[in-house]
Amino acid sequence: MYDEITSVTNYPEFGQTSQIQQFLRLAQRGTEEKEREGALVSLRRGLQRPETQQTFIRLEGSIRTLVGLLTSNQALLQLEAARCLHELSHSEQSAVVEACLPATSYLLTYLSGHSSDFIELCLYTLGNLIVESEAVRRQLLPQGIVPALAACIQSPHLTVLEALGYALSQLLQAKEAPEKIIPSVLGSTLPQHMLQLLQPGPKLNLGVAVEFAWCLHYIICSQVNNALLITQGALSTLGLLLLDLAGAVQRTEDAGLELLACPVLRCLSNLLTEAAAEAVGGQLQLRDERVVAALFILLQFLLQKQPSLLPEGLWLLNNLTANSPSFCTSLLSLDLIEPLLHLLSVSNVVSVLVLTVLCNVAEKGPAYCQRLWPGPLLSSLLDTLAFSDTEVVGQSLELLQLLFLYQPGAAQAFLQQSGLQALQRHEEVAQLQDRVHALQQTALHG
Amino acid sequence: MQLPPALHARLAGAPGSAEPLPVERDPAAGTTPFSFAPRLVRFPREHDFFEDGDVQRHLYLQDVLTQVGGAPERPRVPEFTCQVAGCCQVFDALEDYEHHYHALHRNVCSFCKRAFPSGHLLDTHILEWHDSLFQILAERQDMYQCLVEGCTEKFRTSRDRKEHLVMRHLYPADFRFDKPRRSRGPAVPGAAEQVLAEALGDDRVPSEGDAMEVCSEHVEPSPEPAGERRAYSHRIPSTICFGQGASRGFKSAKKRNKHQ
Repeated sequence: MYDEITSVTNYPEFGQTSQIQQFLRLAQRGTEEKEREGALVSLRRGLQRPETQQTFIRLEGSIRTLVGLLTSNQALLQLEAARCLHELSHSEQSAVVEACLPATSYLLTYLSGHSSDFIELCLYTLGNLIVESEAVRRQLLPQGIVPALAACIQSPHLTVLEALGYALSQLLQAKEAPEKIIPSVLGSTLPQHMLQLLQPGPKLNLGVAVEFAWCLHYIICSQVNNALLITQGALSTLGLLLLDLAGAVQRTEDAGLELLACPVLRCLSNLLTEAAAEAVGGQLQLRDERVVAALFILLQFLLQKQPSLLPEGLWLLNNLTANSPSFCTSLLSLDLIEPLLHLLSVSNVVSVLVLTVLCNVAEKGPAYCQRLWPGPLLSSLLDTLAFSDTEVVGQSLELLQLLFLYQPGAAQAFLQQSGLQALQRHEEVAQLQDRVHALQQTALHG
Repeated sequence: MQLPPALHARLAGAPGSAEPLPVERDPAAGTTPFSFAPRLVRFPREHDFFEDGDVQRHLYLQDVLTQVGGAPERPRVPEFTCQVAGCCQVFDALEDYEHHYHALHRNVCSFCKRAFPSGHLLDTHILEWHDSLFQILAERQDMYQCLVEGCTEKFRTSRDRKEHLVMRHLYPADFRFDKPRRSRGPAVPGAAEQVLAEALGDDRVPSEGDAMEVCSEHVEPSPEPAGERRAYSHRIPSTICFGQGASRGFKSAKKRNKHQ
């Protein structure tokens, strides 16, 4: 009888109510362990198809039976039932996802168990359900998902941690997260554990770190209580992680480091805008010029691997240099201006950011502009003036003003290199004309 | 993008910051029509700036998630039997055994042999079902602790607790790990009949005929490996039978087959 049923999966009619009923009946009341397990395996395969999922949830008692098997005292049936639920959780149909609601209290209960494979499965299932349905999230919060995750994050198993990070990241990404979810996450022990899992060192696992870096990003960009994270050492940990990433990037061609780089860059950039960051500015990490070195190594890596992430790296560079004479000096003393100029041809967004960073340096006065001059800066600026993008040109004009102001000879050199002609093409552009005229005046009359 | 060779050395070098060059601003800088001033930039959730990175994250996850959940090909080993006394389950894969062990033998009540999914639920069970001191205290104060981790509420009766679980925590009314203890008289530790079968969510219709066989086969309660959990002595003589289902695991299944 067992063989008969499994062969049915090859038939196109599989997925019809009668087949599903047969599998469920066998799973629930079969006499042979292997038979029951086999029925669930067949059911799971069927549930990979959306039509079967729909049929299944409409069948009376089907979810109830599945939950019964999930909570049965037969371990392998539990596992197979969990796999069936996991299939359902992949659905993009909210009806299917919400049909799984009766199972959530059990999935959470099992997170405090010890079977790592099973817990991993429960976590991925929960993560999937969370993403698809606000109704699921509305139920999971009172059911205690935050304390359940906080207990589970102490697991020593990397696979469990990665799955947990995934589920948590989905929860934190929910649209209602800033009001309904993040406050209780911040109030739990989760942030401390997350930061621990992001500490660089031999125990750092890339897959785990990626998940928790994204979790941190969702928390931080929601701006609920970033000061708390800073007191827990987030800036310090992330700064050290950045250094570690730059080291890793030099050592290996390992695919995937950019997956970690992205959230780390974002977290650091946003945290630097917090008032609390000023307070801990005394911490070495925030003044340590190795951070600048690391960032440039990462920029080079991103240029090759994932140029679309360059703006994120340059965003951090802006936030590091904006109010820091120390970091601006580092850019000069470490000879990083020329590499920066190389990025001007990548895209308009990147160009604007590069020019902004250069303005950050130049606006600090003559001592800085002197070090920017002569060098390739002038010819780069003449190139950017040829861009058609108004923002790029506008930022170039701002930089020119600063150079004319602080660097004697800059205006002269500009004129000699046909700077006036370069300016002329923008004379009629509304957002640019006033600045263009002002620069023309300065260049000609000093 | 050529980086200066000294940069890599700098990264590997000691922490430290550059002695900043002197800052000296001219008030004319950034004045109309110019507007530049250095600014810290912050991007909130959902900002367009994050689009590219978010797309990559999404693609990565899609990749990861398609690999999860399918039963991977487990390396098969020669069949072996679960070594826990009274359990005859056979395995040919170590991971299957791991889950079986954790699900059925890890958090087992030494009084009544029920298995629980976590230490927390086991501890609660022992306290509420097998501790007569608990029963005494429960007459005077709220002793039934909410089952949800993180919730510190306590209740007078298990029914009140169940109501709290349902109303406050949206738990199902028939949550399998919160079965009320039903006893026939004054609190007798472990005395319960079909509640035993229910508590572990056994879906089968209990067949009455099994009771005797299970009893006669009833094994001596094995010396509990996690003995330090049990603060109270084992009061029930091992020869007393607690009704069907007392001996958990697959032994019962096999018995059923034999007498079909």
